[in-house]
Amino acid sequence: MIPDLGKYAEAVLGAYGLSLLLLAALLILTLRRGKKARAALRRIEEETARHGKG
Amino acid sequence: MSLWEYANPVKFLALSARVQPFAWAAAAIGIFVGLAWGFFATPDDFRQGSTVKIIYIHVPAAWIAINAWIMMLVASLVWLVRRHHVSALAAKAAAPVGLVMTVIGLLTGAIWGQPMWGTWWAWDPRLTSFLILFLFYLGYIALWEAVEDPDTAADLTSVLCLVGSVFALLSRYAVLFWSQGLHQGASLSLDKEENISNVFWLPLVVSIGGFTLLFLALVLYRTGTEIALRRTRALGVRLDRHT
Amino acid sequence: MIALLVRDLRLAFRAGGGFGLGLAFFLILVVLVPFSIGPQSALLASIAPGILWLGALLACLLSLDRLLALDFEDGTLDVLATAPLPLEAALAVKGLAHWITTGLPLVLAAPVLGVLLNLPAQGFGWLVVSLVLGTPALSMIGTFGAALTVGIKRGGLLMSLLVLPLYVPTLIFGAEAARRGAVGMAVETPLLLLAGISLGAIALLPFAAAAALRMTIR
Repeated sequence: MIPDLGKYAEAVLGAYGLSLLLLAALLILTLRRGKKARAALRRIEEETARHGKG
Repeated sequence: MSLWEYANPVKFLALSARVQPFAWAAAAIGIFVGLAWGFFATPDDFRQGSTVKIIYIHVPAAWIAINAWIMMLVASLVWLVRRHHVSALAAKAAAPVGLVMTVIGLLTGAIWGQPMWGTWWAWDPRLTSFLILFLFYLGYIALWEAVEDPDTAADLTSVLCLVGSVFALLSRYAVLFWSQGLHQGASLSLDKEENISNVFWLPLVVSIGGFTLLFLALVLYRTGTEIALRRTRALGVRLDRHT
Repeated sequence: MIALLVRDLRLAFRAGGGFGLGLAFFLILVVLVPFSIGPQSALLASIAPGILWLGALLACLLSLDRLLALDFEDGTLDVLATAPLPLEAALAVKGLAHWITTGLPLVLAAPVLGVLLNLPAQGFGWLVVSLVLGTPALSMIGTFGAALTVGIKRGGLLMSLLVLPLYVPTLIFGAEAARRGAVGMAVETPLLLLAGISLGAIALLPFAAAAALRMTIR
C-alpha cells in the first residue's frame, strides 16, 4: 500500500506526520474554543432574555 | 457597543453559515486528494528521490503563511478605514492559522533540507524570510493578547500589521542582499513552477486549493468564535448593569 | 518644539534619568563577548562589527521603556495630545531626544569598544558612519514600538518582541556596512540602503506612532 520511499522514508513520513499532527492540533483547538465561546454566548443570551421579561 | 453587534456580524454569520459546509467539505476533499495523489501516485524525482513528496505539504503551507498575512493586512486596512468590526476580528482569527502554516513550512523545509542540503537549517534568504515572518506573527498575536479593550486592541494590531508589512517586505530584500554576500541561494528550488513537470504540478495545485479552502473555513469559523466572545462580553456588561 | 526637546534632554541627563545606563550596558555586553567565545584576536576581529552593532541595538532597545512610559503615567502625553503642536511632531522630537541621549553616545563609544574587540584599523571610520546613519532609524522605530505598547501594563517584554523584528533590516544593512568596511570592501550600497531606511523611518513612523498613541489615550 505505502509506496517505496527508499532511503528517505523517514524524512517523508516524518514531514507528513508532523504536518498533519500540527493541522489536527490547530483544528481541535479551534473547534474547542469555538464550541466553548458559542455555548457561553447561548447561556448569557438566555439569561438576558429572562431579565428582559422579568 | 451599539449597532455593530447586530447589523454587520449577523449578516456575516448568515453568509458564513451558508458557505462553511461547502468550504469544509471542499477543503477536506482537496487536501485528501492532493496529498494522497502526491503521496501514492507520483513518481520520485530523479535527483531528490521520494523527498519530492514533501512539497505537497510544504508549498501549500508556505503559500497560506504568506497570503494569511496579506489577508490580515487587507482586513486591518478595512478596519482602520471603515470600522467594520468583523474585519478586525477576521484578521485576529487568521493570525494563529498563519502562524501554524509558517511553522509547518519551516519544519517540512528543515526535514527536506536535512537529506538534500545536508543540513536542517541554512541561512538562505527564503528560509530566513520565513523565520522573520514567524516572528512577526508572534508579535502580532502577543499584542492582541496584551491589550484589554477590544477596540483599542484592534486599532493597535492594525497599525502594527501595516508597519510590520512594510518592514517584512524590507526584511525580505535586506535578507536577499545579506545572504548573497555569504553564499549563493538555494541550489535546488522547486517553488519555481516553470521547472516542475505536470506530474508533480497537478497534485500540487489540488493541494494548494485544498489548503486555501481549509484556511477559508478556519477563518470563517474562528471569526464566528471571536464574534461570539465579543457578544458575550457586551451582554455580560449589560447584565452587570441591570443587576 | 525646542522647549519639548530641551525638557526631554534635561530630564534624561538629570540624576536618575537613565542617561548612561544604555552606555554601561553596551560596555558590559562587549566585555562579555570575549568571555563567551574566547580571546582569539582573529576571531574577535572578524565578528567585531556585528557584535558592536548588535550591542548598540540592544542598548537602544533597553532604554525604550522610558521613552514614553513616564510621560504617560504623569499625564504629560495627554497634554501633548491636546497641545497645538501636532502629536506627530511631538513624537518626532521625542525620538530625536532619545537619539541624542542614547544613539549618539553609543556612536561615540563604539570606536573605543572596537579596540577591545580588535576591530581592524580601517573599520573604525565605517563603523561610526554606519552607526550614525543607522541609529536614528533605531530610535524612530523604538518610538513607534513605545507608542504601541505604552498603555499596556508590563509592556516592556512585549515591546521587545514587537520592536526586534522591525529592527531586522536596519541591523542587516548597518552590520553589513560595518563588516565590509572592516575588511576593506565597498560599502556604498549598504550605507545608502541604511540611510534610506533611516530617512524613511524619520519621515513616516512619527505618523504611525502618533496614530497608535491616539488610539491608546483616546
